[in-house]
Amino acid sequence: MGKFIRLKKGFTINLKGKAAPKVVETDQPETFVIKPTDFFGLYMPKVVVNVGDTVKAGSPLFHDKKYENILFTAPVSGEVVEVKRGEKRKLLEIKILADKKVEFEVFKKYSVSEINNLGAAEIKDQLLQSGIWPSLVQRPFGVVADPATSPKAIHISAFDTHPLAPDYSILFKGQDQFFQVGVDVLKKLTSGIVHVNTHASSEISTVFSQVKSADVNKFSGPHPAGCVGVQIHHIDPINKGDVVWTINPLGVIQIGKLFLNGVYDTSRVVAVVGSEVKNPQYYRTYTGASVKKFIEGNLNQDHVRVISGNPLTGTSIGKDGHIGFFDHQVSVLPEGDYYEFLGWITPSAKKISFHRALGLLSFLSPASERVADTNTHGEPRAFVQTGVFEQVTPMDVLPTHLLKSILAEDIDEMEALGIYEVIEEDLALCEFVDVSKHKVQEILREGLDLVQQS
Amino acid sequence: MKFLRNQLDKVKHQFEKGGKLEKYFYAYEAMDTFLFAPNTTNEVKGSQIRDAIDLKRLMMTVIIAMVPCLLFGIYNVGHQHFLAIGDAGATLGQKIGVGLWQVLPIVVVSYAVGLGIEFVFAIIRKHPVNEGFLVTGMLIPLVMPPDIPLWQVGVATAFAVIIGKEAFGGTGMNVVNVALTARAFLYFAYPTDISGDVWTYLGDAQVVAGFSGATPLSVAGDASTNGNNVIAALNSFGTGWNEGVFTLQNMFLGFRPGSIGETSTLMCLIGGLILIATGTGSWKIMVSVFGGAYAMGLLLNLVGSTPYTQLPAYYHLVIGGLAFGAVFMATDPVTAAQTETGKWVYGLLIGMFTVLIRNFNPAYPEGIMLAILFMNVFAPLIDYVVVSANKKRRLQRATV
Repeated sequence: MGKFIRLKKGFTINLKGKAAPKVVETDQPETFVIKPTDFFGLYMPKVVVNVGDTVKAGSPLFHDKKYENILFTAPVSGEVVEVKRGEKRKLLEIKILADKKVEFEVFKKYSVSEINNLGAAEIKDQLLQSGIWPSLVQRPFGVVADPATSPKAIHISAFDTHPLAPDYSILFKGQDQFFQVGVDVLKKLTSGIVHVNTHASSEISTVFSQVKSADVNKFSGPHPAGCVGVQIHHIDPINKGDVVWTINPLGVIQIGKLFLNGVYDTSRVVAVVGSEVKNPQYYRTYTGASVKKFIEGNLNQDHVRVISGNPLTGTSIGKDGHIGFFDHQVSVLPEGDYYEFLGWITPSAKKISFHRALGLLSFLSPASERVADTNTHGEPRAFVQTGVFEQVTPMDVLPTHLLKSILAEDIDEMEALGIYEVIEEDLALCEFVDVSKHKVQEILREGLDLVQQS
Repeated sequence: MKFLRNQLDKVKHQFEKGGKLEKYFYAYEAMDTFLFAPNTTNEVKGSQIRDAIDLKRLMMTVIIAMVPCLLFGIYNVGHQHFLAIGDAGATLGQKIGVGLWQVLPIVVVSYAVGLGIEFVFAIIRKHPVNEGFLVTGMLIPLVMPPDIPLWQVGVATAFAVIIGKEAFGGTGMNVVNVALTARAFLYFAYPTDISGDVWTYLGDAQVVAGFSGATPLSVAGDASTNGNNVIAALNSFGTGWNEGVFTLQNMFLGFRPGSIGETSTLMCLIGGLILIATGTGSWKIMVSVFGGAYAMGLLLNLVGSTPYTQLPAYYHLVIGGLAFGAVFMATDPVTAAQTETGKWVYGLLIGMFTVLIRNFNPAYPEGIMLAILFMNVFAPLIDYVVVSANKKRRLQRATV
């Protein structure tokens, strides 16, 4: 049985440039990359291919020294053209020049009845070999799941409330069978329940509503209702010592395809959105695609920031960057590197704000879509205003106190205040609304790293 | 504006690292960011967009909320002046003129001294100039008696900013409210200048026959000590030169002697509404301060034996500086309780202590200042209890 949870706190950032509900089939981008920086908890990635090697979709590219059995594999077939490293030879990305038609590594195929008889060990083996395993994210800490553990539950958020978020019923249309099989497979990896968390106020795609062998929960309320950390907090919170896994629906569907068809199929739909995109819409492509094809000639102006992911938690990748492993969305926003005369006091209904302080008028018309740029709108300051973080955090967590305990590097205090329950996306709204412009997500990750190292 | 920007950009390099005036970078930065919101953009990773609010705007909102009190205060200083010298026929212009003459210098001194110190500290400590003093600099004049010597305003401001704030690390780090520190400093360092007949600006003029500079709180206290009915004493005060000055209605409106900005409950409520509507001040604290004072007033009505304790509880909400303290002082987010539950407790105790002090400590007729300073010190303890409860819930969940 699923639960119905009503959330009140939060803030939905209503931006201009949402995707029109159509999926466009275009020529595929030339290059695809896998970025180790998309995954947390890696110790030292070890590359197993050389420039010039040809790979198939599902061929290993690198693995981590800590967990040698977790393979990170190629999303498409083609030739490895670049292994990009940064400072101290830190591995940044492995680039593949894609074939016209994707060729797949062959993995073992199963019928539905065979899948029902599979054991956890066999399942894990197949997931690890194929490269799907890193889709499983472990809480606490939001790191790649440890294959040696068995989580107390697995949570799948089936909707996205971030600004300009894609509609999951479009992303995963027609994937009902694969999603079901994926859930069946995941069920065998946990002693607990597989939770599929859906949005109460929109029509739920049959992919999620008809799923069997999982609890389908409903959530209502503003962002961050769609963040899986918030959902876990209300369904079955993480306590010290607990391990919970999360996975996005795409990962579940890929698992279904792996076991039914015997391939690591990374085909996916991404939304290219934002006020600076001429035709915001969906595109069918593969994991790690270059954004160049999607935005070239499709922009309203040139001075923009291209973000892999959403504007709250995403990463700026540049106009010829590649989409991150977990991202369903490319957001293009105007760059905000301008001075504004008396900008700290001039009244404006255009600038989006959670607050209602003097001259911030956006609260008068919350329904109208706004353009947001990347300007910081002010300078960093010490904590002054209180009670605001609490208004956008629908959890029994005190964000200000948690952040202060991290700044003080007090690990016991962080644990007591619930650092196990949150990762960056859960507190990203705090960073947005903060009067004193703290880098909330960066601070939180420092805290998570500290606790893990202790 | 382009011209102004160009001029700033032209001199900017001199203040940057390696420039001739490198030392004064943060002084330059304060001016630059005052004129122009900076062109900084968000990091590569993390939130790519930010809310339009910043600390400058937040502080400006609080200043706007104080404007009704300031304007009324200016008028009232003049109004009381002419009543005290027996010139009932003075025009509005004359009253405002006298008020401005008396109040503006206090405001100027407060800002000049405070901001001067802020800039010096910013330069020495190499940190940006914080906006906190924009509000403090206005609060200090509003809690001063109109007759205060300017040098005392300067000394008190300097003491408050240096000892009350900078010693703790600047804006956001202070334990007690900075403006109240200034006032408390004067209270204890120069008691003769901030008590007695200082609440009306007299100048060199001769006072009218029967004039008394007493405040409602001292009138109430004296009446109580002599065993007289307090309300009767308040209502009959001022007969002959300022009829009905301490009636309930008149005190609510604020046409009475007192600190420059605190006399009018009505103006404080308008300010409070601005703070609540804009979300800059905590309505929980304001409501609970009033609630606490009222509740304590009722309690004293029940158990008290002196005439003062029999004063109807609602009188406590309009006399003295309770309203001003509740709206502008208690809600200072840095020194108040920072948890939402804590804010209720914090406000409630401020209200209760205020009325307690008024009743039982004749040496300090105005209780709100000491009540707030006292609770400022205890706010971290309140938060500690609330935060511990949060931790406990988490722990219990884990062990069930």
